[in-house]
Amino acid sequence: MIAEAGHYALVLALALALIQSTVPVIGARLRDPALMNVARSTALAQLLFVGLSFLALVTLHVTSDFSVANVYENSHSLKPLIYKITGVWGNHEGSMLLWVSILALFGGMVAAFGNNLPLSLRSLALAVQAWVSTAFYLFILITSNPFLRLANAPIEGRDLNPVLQDPGLAIHPPMLYLGYVGFSISFSFAVAALIEGRIDAAWARWVRPWTLMAWIFLTLGIAMGSYWAYYELGWGGWWFWDPVENASLMPWLAGTALLHSAVVMEKRNALKVWTILLAILTFSLSLLGTFLVRSGVLTSVHAFATDPTRGVFILLILCLFIGGSLSLYAWRASALKQGGLFAPISREGSLVLNNLLLTTACATVFIGTLYPLGLEVLTGERISVGAPFFNLTFAPLFVPLLLAVPFGPLLAWKRGDLLGAGQRLFAAGGVALVTIAVLWAWTRGGSAFAPLAIGLAVFVIAGALTDLAERCMLFRVPLSIAFRRARGLPRASWGTVFAHAGVGVALIGIVCESTWNTELITTLKPNDVAKVAGYELKLDNLAQRQGPNFAELLAHFTVSEGGKTIGVMTPSKRNFTTRAASTTEAALMSRGVSQLYISLGDASANGGIAVRIYHKPMVLLIWFGPVLMAFGGLLSLSDRRLRVGAPKPAKASRSLQPAE
Amino acid sequence: MNRIAALVFAFLVVLAAPAHAVQPDEIMADPAKEARARELSRELRCMVCQNQSIDDSEAPLARDLRLLVRERISAGDTDKQVIDFLVARYGEYVLLKPRLERQTLLLWLLTPLALGGGALALWLQNRRRLKLASADGDARLKLSPDEEARLEKLIAEQAPADKPQ
Repeated sequence: MIAEAGHYALVLALALALIQSTVPVIGARLRDPALMNVARSTALAQLLFVGLSFLALVTLHVTSDFSVANVYENSHSLKPLIYKITGVWGNHEGSMLLWVSILALFGGMVAAFGNNLPLSLRSLALAVQAWVSTAFYLFILITSNPFLRLANAPIEGRDLNPVLQDPGLAIHPPMLYLGYVGFSISFSFAVAALIEGRIDAAWARWVRPWTLMAWIFLTLGIAMGSYWAYYELGWGGWWFWDPVENASLMPWLAGTALLHSAVVMEKRNALKVWTILLAILTFSLSLLGTFLVRSGVLTSVHAFATDPTRGVFILLILCLFIGGSLSLYAWRASALKQGGLFAPISREGSLVLNNLLLTTACATVFIGTLYPLGLEVLTGERISVGAPFFNLTFAPLFVPLLLAVPFGPLLAWKRGDLLGAGQRLFAAGGVALVTIAVLWAWTRGGSAFAPLAIGLAVFVIAGALTDLAERCMLFRVPLSIAFRRARGLPRASWGTVFAHAGVGVALIGIVCESTWNTELITTLKPNDVAKVAGYELKLDNLAQRQGPNFAELLAHFTVSEGGKTIGVMTPSKRNFTTRAASTTEAALMSRGVSQLYISLGDASANGGIAVRIYHKPMVLLIWFGPVLMAFGGLLSLSDRRLRVGAPKPAKASRSLQPAE
Repeated sequence: MNRIAALVFAFLVVLAAPAHAVQPDEIMADPAKEARARELSRELRCMVCQNQSIDDSEAPLARDLRLLVRERISAGDTDKQVIDFLVARYGEYVLLKPRLERQTLLLWLLTPLALGGGALALWLQNRRRLKLASADGDARLKLSPDEEARLEKLIAEQAPADKPQ
């Protein structure tokens, strides 16, 4: 009954989406406010019905209704409650339902909070949003229905993939989808603006908070996924340049570029055509990511060819939306007026450089991810493109980008003074050089690259602080006045400082972890002691333990430093009986921002066990960086300017204009 | 069909098994040689896995390859000889960083091309806009025939009024 209700609610949502995708467009053509307002109510009703459908699936999973195929295949009655809930999106059908739910959520939010938008823009944007949702509702209903029943209900389910039975699953996919799908709003607004043929600085101001929100979620989602892989997969890696990761990195790179170019558009009314293109590309890359992950094409081109229904369907959606929006762009972009001249050395110029480097980085990830697929389809030849390729091509693009980051905020709009900015960055550069010199002396004979990279990171952080000091005139006015100025700064400026510093912080973590990581692979018997990076780890005992739906082998380590015990670590290996699969649960111990990491291997015949022990210096900074960036984004989002909303354009331009 | 089955199976194994790559019994006695072996392992793909190097992979094939790499190194091969040996045996697919060849030209050249092309486009556009702007400026300074006529008329009207009568 619940399954059927959920299915029916989804069909109703599809019907509402169909209304929402047509009626407001007609309304905008006829300039009929009543017809245009249909978009608002349908978007809210759609959210209600998709929400009901999603709740229905959650209920089925929580109550372990194994007569539903999706529940049978991905759940188990003994599974802890939290994994029963998160298991809803731990599979293909459920994750697509989460995808459309979030799409409907964003549509509903535009409908509910978009009161300051011009009526025609809002209804057209919601109509475009409904085109996307229609396509994905059809995809779910036709190829991936999560509510299918089984003729003979089994007694027990097949359990969720053990790797996914982790709190990470509760946070990572929803965050990632909030980011991915959030970019649909900027896409819809871009397409609506192209249809209307009218775009101005106010447009950028309406779209920026939505883009920023999506970007914050995507940043956190990627960081969270990386940390999850780090502790769950058991070999201490945190980024693998896996196509699935690349699929989320591409929209992030394009979205970061979009955020920056939208600033130029908002403040200076320039780069309009480019910003529109970026908005389209960012969401297109989100769609591409969905295709890559959901079609099975990554597992193997052949797997895709043997069961093509899902893959071909998403490929069609992909071609339709990307092709359609880019054609519309090619057709209408010339009608948009360019505005705002600027010299190459200016704030605008620095943001253009940022865009150039970020989009090139994005193109590099794009080609590296898709080239092997393309080559195999075209010539049948198989090549691999992995981490060594990306490290070699991607990293050089970030060096000039990071060097330029501190200069950007110090340059004036329109025409900047590079020499002046350089002088103000004197202290930051000095700190960076001293850092390089000290590290060089300290790690004599070691990698020459690491001190330089850390120097660059310090330059970025010090540069962000310089920007802050300049803005509140620290050291040039009495401290109390500087303090008052700091409090009076717009939150967006604080956001810039935090986000830019976050990039530097993450870089320090990345460089330290990959350069000075210590690793010990060995076999230990009870009472053996392993020494890693000044720590002594004694294996006390090995024990068996029974969990709710698994059995685990637990190793008990006592960690001491200089003869003093500082704690215990208990890595384990879990065996999940239902799926006959096992996972490693690495044990982590944080020492400041560095970590000790133990993961277990196979037990050997003589009563010992294989272990991998790592000391990872500064490793936590890799994830603190993105958290700082997201915090910066949040500060910027809470800026009064965005909170209060965009100023209403002058009366004349508010009256509805026909699309030219 | 068999290959697909093998791939699917390998995929399941990779997902299911806790990744636990280099085993203690594989490690070479000479730390310098071991470091070289690890370095090489990171550049080689475990062919039955999804985007994993043999250094990271748990699959039996990856172990065989790791042992093979160490065997070649102790036989006195250089890094390049080891790589050539593996490519001769398993094809280009084993390399995680493809070599620059005819069919990988676009892969390697796209980044510099995109960067150079983008920079060139920006430079050209900037030049065009500056030219347009200056042409625009010139045009604005010159009066159109209409404006000339109006100006003449205004001066003509003004002139008699100024004369003291």
